[in-house]
This record gives sequence, C-alpha cells and structure tokens, in this order.
Amino acid sequence: MIRILRQIFRTGIVTEPLPSEALSEAEEIGVRLEEAIRKRFRGSLAIRQVDAGSCNGCELEIHAINNPIYNCERFGIHFTASPRFADMLLVTGPVTRNMEIALRRTYNATPPPKVVVAVGDCGCNCGMFDESYAVVGGIDKVIPVNAVIHGCPPTPVALLQGILKAIG
Amino acid sequence: MNESVEINKLRDVITSIFGSDAKKDEGQHPFSVLTYILPRDKFADAAKALKKAYALLAAEWATDETPFGRGFGVFACYRKGWEYLIVKADVPVEDPAFPSLTKNFVPAYRFERQIQSLMGITPAGHPDSRPWIKFEDWPEDAWPLRKSFDASKPMPRVDGQYKWVKAEGEGVYEIPVGPVHAGIIEPGHFRFQAVGEDIINLEERLGYVHKGIEKKFESLSWEKGAGLAGRVSGDTTVAHSLAYCMALESMTGCNLTERANWLRAIFLERERIANHLGDIGAICNDAAFAFMLYQLSKLKEIVLRTNHKLFGHRFMMDKIIPGGVAVDIEPGAKKEILSELDRISKDFEKLAVIYEESPSLEDRVRGTGVLRPEKARELCVVGIAARASGLNLDCRIFNPFPPYNQYDRIELGVPVLITGDVHARTWVRVQETRESIRIIRYMLENLPDGEICLPVNPPSSGLCGFAAVEGWRGEIIYWLQSGPAGEINRCMVRDPSSVNWLALEQAIPCNIVPDFPLCNKSFNQSYSGHDL
Repeated sequence: MIRILRQIFRTGIVTEPLPSEALSEAEEIGVRLEEAIRKRFRGSLAIRQVDAGSCNGCELEIHAINNPIYNCERFGIHFTASPRFADMLLVTGPVTRNMEIALRRTYNATPPPKVVVAVGDCGCNCGMFDESYAVVGGIDKVIPVNAVIHGCPPTPVALLQGILKAIG
Repeated sequence: MNESVEINKLRDVITSIFGSDAKKDEGQHPFSVLTYILPRDKFADAAKALKKAYALLAAEWATDETPFGRGFGVFACYRKGWEYLIVKADVPVEDPAFPSLTKNFVPAYRFERQIQSLMGITPAGHPDSRPWIKFEDWPEDAWPLRKSFDASKPMPRVDGQYKWVKAEGEGVYEIPVGPVHAGIIEPGHFRFQAVGEDIINLEERLGYVHKGIEKKFESLSWEKGAGLAGRVSGDTTVAHSLAYCMALESMTGCNLTERANWLRAIFLERERIANHLGDIGAICNDAAFAFMLYQLSKLKEIVLRTNHKLFGHRFMMDKIIPGGVAVDIEPGAKKEILSELDRISKDFEKLAVIYEESPSLEDRVRGTGVLRPEKARELCVVGIAARASGLNLDCRIFNPFPPYNQYDRIELGVPVLITGDVHARTWVRVQETRESIRIIRYMLENLPDGEICLPVNPPSSGLCGFAAVEGWRGEIIYWLQSGPAGEINRCMVRDPSSVNWLALEQAIPCNIVPDFPLCNKSFNQSYSGHDL
C-alpha cells in the first residue's frame, strides 16, 4: 500500500493543457462550449462510442483521450456504456454491411436531442475501404451526421478539438 | 548440421508416406515456403500424418485459380518448430468440395466454415455447416472470394436466422451481449449460458467488422497493398504491414539492407511495448485496480508521443514499405529513444512490483480463465496465449529475420508459463516488455549503416510468397499469390486472433460471468483482424 501511495504522489498530476498549436482553436470555442455544456447538458456530456467497422486504430486514440494526460473528463466529457444515456454518438467506420442494422438501432436508442460525430477518414468517407461488397459507406450513408473528425487515426488533440467543435 | 534434420522433418513425413503422389509445387519461389500438391482425397490423410509428427495447423485457406485455367486450390499450412510446410489440393470447379481437417485439427473448424462461406467450397465431413462471417441476410450464393463475384456492388439482404447453440434445464438462462457492448471496444456478439453465476457455455459470433479486406487486396497494386495491410488491425499496424512486405519480398527475392531490417525490428518492438503497457493496465483495471491503468496508460502515451515526434505517426502506420522502411532513425533520435526507455523502464519496474504484491489483484487474476496446456496445443493457439499455456512458440526465434537470427548478439528471452490463467498472460506481457526494452537498446547501439529502402520489382506471374511475423499478439501469416498478369490474385491474411478466439471460448466455461471481461481482456483479441 505504501508503494502505491508513494507512486501516486511521486507521479503527481500529469494532465496537461492542450498544446499551443491546438490551444487557440480550442480556446476560441472552449469558453462558449463550457457554457453550452453547462446549459444544455448540465455540465456533463455523455458520449457513447460505436465502432461500426473500424480497424480499431480510432478506438486506441479514443481510449487515449481518457488517459491521465489528456483527461477529457476535465471538459465535462465522459463515456457511457449505454446509448440510452448518451448525448453524443462518436462513430468510427466505415459502416460494414454486418454492422449497419446495429448502428441504426443504436442511433434509434439514443434519445433526442443527439449529436453524431463521424470519426476517422473511414468514418468520414470510407477511407481505403470504398467500393466493397461488405461496406455500406461512410457514417452519413446510414445515420445523419452533425460533424466529422478526419485523420487515420485522428490524434487525441484532433479528437478533443472535433468534439468541442461539434457542440460549439 | 543437426538443424537441417529437424527442418526437414515434416517434409520427410509427406514424402515418405505419399511418395510420388506428393508433388513439389515448382511455382513457388525458392525463397518462399515448401509446398506439396496432393490429390484431393489425400488432403485429410496428410493432416493426420502430420499431426502424428506433432505438427500444428497454422492456417487453412482457399484460392480461386480460374484465371490460370485451373479450378480452386485448398491450402493447409502446418508448423513444427523451425519448419513451415504447406499442403495444397486442387479442387475442380464443377465439384467444389474437399475433405475436412476439423476432426484432426480443431482450429480448422472456423477456417473451413470461412472457406465455405466466402469461397463456396464445401468441407466434406465438417460437423457444423453454419456460415461464419457471412451473415444470414447475405444471399446464399454470394461467395465474395470467387473471381466471378462482383465486389463493387452491394448485396441484397435476404431473410434468414442464425442457429444458436441452446442449453436447457432447470435454472439455465442466457445472456446475449453485443454487438454494441459496453466500453470503447470493437463489435462482436457473445452469448452465455449460465447457471447462477457460473458460465456453462460461451458462444461467440463474429464478423461484424468484415470489410472484405482479402477481396480488396485483389484490386490494389502491390505497393498499395502494404497500406491496406497496415489497416487490417490498427493496433498491429507495424506487424501486419511487415508481414505483407516480407511475403512480397519473398516472391521477388529482394534482399533488404541490414539497416532496413534492424529498423523494422525496432519498430516492431516499439509496437509490442506500447500495446503491452496498455494491456497490462487494462487487465488490472478490469480487476478494479484502476491505479495500474492510469500509471501504465501514461507510460504508453510517452511511447506514442515519441513515435509521433520521431517517425511522424503515433502508431507508425505506413512506415514499413516494400523494400524497407519509410523513415530513418537520426543520430539525435537515438539519444531520445534511449532516455525515453530509461524513463519507462524505471516506472515500469516499480509498477511490476506493485502488481506482484497486491493480494486483492492476485485473487482475481490467478486461476481465472484457465487455458490448459493440452487444450492450447489442441487448439493450436499462438502468441501470448500460447506462451502463457506452456507452448514455446515465437516467430522471432523459430522463423527469424535479421537481426533476430543473430542469436549470439540478440539473445532473445522468450517467457513461457504453464498455468494458462489471466495472471500468466499478464506476466508474459510483463517479461516481454522488459525484453523488448532491452533489445531495442542493443539494436540502437549497434545499428548498421546503409540504405533504408531498396526498390522492389513487381513479381512475375504465378508466384507465391509467404511470411510469418511475431506481432505483439502473436504469429501473423501472410500468403500472397500473383495472377497471370503479375497482379495480386490472392492475399491470405491470418491474424493471431483468427486462431485464438476459439481459445477464449474454451477458457471461459466454469468461470463466473463477472470475470468474463477480465478473461477477454487478458486475451485482447482483434475483431477487425479476425473478421477481415
């Protein structure tokens, strides 16, 4: 136990502000955004992540925004297990034929008002997986999309910026 | 040399039993793996004979060879120690069937369902005729891997029902989970039959992220194929593109510079470290020990940031290309990596002690999700799962590329545990992380000079290439075949998850339902790599 405590105190808080190149853009909408989250979501934005066919690269980066360095919870963002509690769907793709129905159901299970964000090049426009018998298309081919985050995969900073933008 | 006797053992089995029936496939490039063509009715006999010689089944797949004016080909790849051997049987178009290997080798169970679903060749004598990856709402005669199939058009949906395994009896109930299940995770469906808290059966249903990758390869150039291979499973992007490139290089006889090989090895080990750090943390987190997750995800982030800074991508996607690598390690970068490794290793050792000395954690991870060594062998599992269950398998030892084959210099230690539980799979990762840190240091200090990439000539027609690479999860196999015009005729991808998913299903019964996430995490399989 002593070892655990020592390691915790020695590590301290490693959370850092967004790097300077990302800072201006994030700051610009950040103030309005926190205000919007407080008003519209009572200070907490619940996100349900849906993998509709990704290679799992995007999932790694979405995990990363939860790590102590990016610590997305400080912005009032948290990931929920059920779409029924979600304000936002963060969807990675391309949407495969075998996931199309499940994605529709997840969308319908999310109560309005809801925001859908397509993540990654594949989610936005199919990426390398266009013109396949097994792929339906980008996320917007299946459910209405409000915002997109490009990248293969998008870095954690790009993800945070994209989420902030989608609500701002 | 003693070694050559060992290497030729499986070959001797085939030549001595089948004599003149077994024809060596001369179409194979000499750098590729040894392939024998057997008459179709001897396909299962070969499996039986090789099993007696203690071989394991590594992969099974089919090709459509109608562009060559032939029918289909069915392939089984066996492995024993140093030796890989492929047995091929020709299958005529008018009678698409072959003898099933499932009774001899359990992993053939899913390989063959997949062959039937996607290529439309029937494994005669297979105990389970349900499709795999192909869902019930696909048209029954849609066989995407056949050349006659038009892959650019979407398929109509038809009615159909999947036949689940049922369990009945007093107090038996069912828990269906997925495909969209809790957490930031890929989609898959798990169906538990349970009595009280105890699981009596688990059935997996996968295929949700099937993107038609193997078919897609056939429409790409050889160069672009490396990019697609890097997106088969995002967390294993280095190892997958490496295996693809090595298979391609084995077809063209391209010899890389030593520097290119060493850089590839460094990238491969960095990918291993990053994923192991994340996994160890996530396993502990699933045992409610969140402290480790936060500490280790911090270390993982350090590795990814260094990658981004030095190589331009956090996961080093597209950095391995045919003929070598796309990015070099500059002299200044070497110092940076070394100091990064010092930092990680210092913290990591402290955390390893905490892992070992926490009784509450030990209580959850020991004796949970046990995959017994005899079961692991029967299921022919690979990678971490194999080494945690007493199987000494590692392509870096048994099928090495330079620098791994310089044993006197690298002296790679491969941890093998026999308990097969969650703890064993975690501890294999801990020891491998240490080894990877050690050998990266060595490789950086002794990095040879030279070009980082050489031009690769596109292969001529009718050649085959093979490569097996130890990714962080385990052995990844690529098998390539060039068509009549020198294009990609077939690219077979075998992610370690394709074999190991079956092992998870077998390790779960007799555990309690709340331990499933913990067991699942300890295997941490790729859905995307399996579904393709």
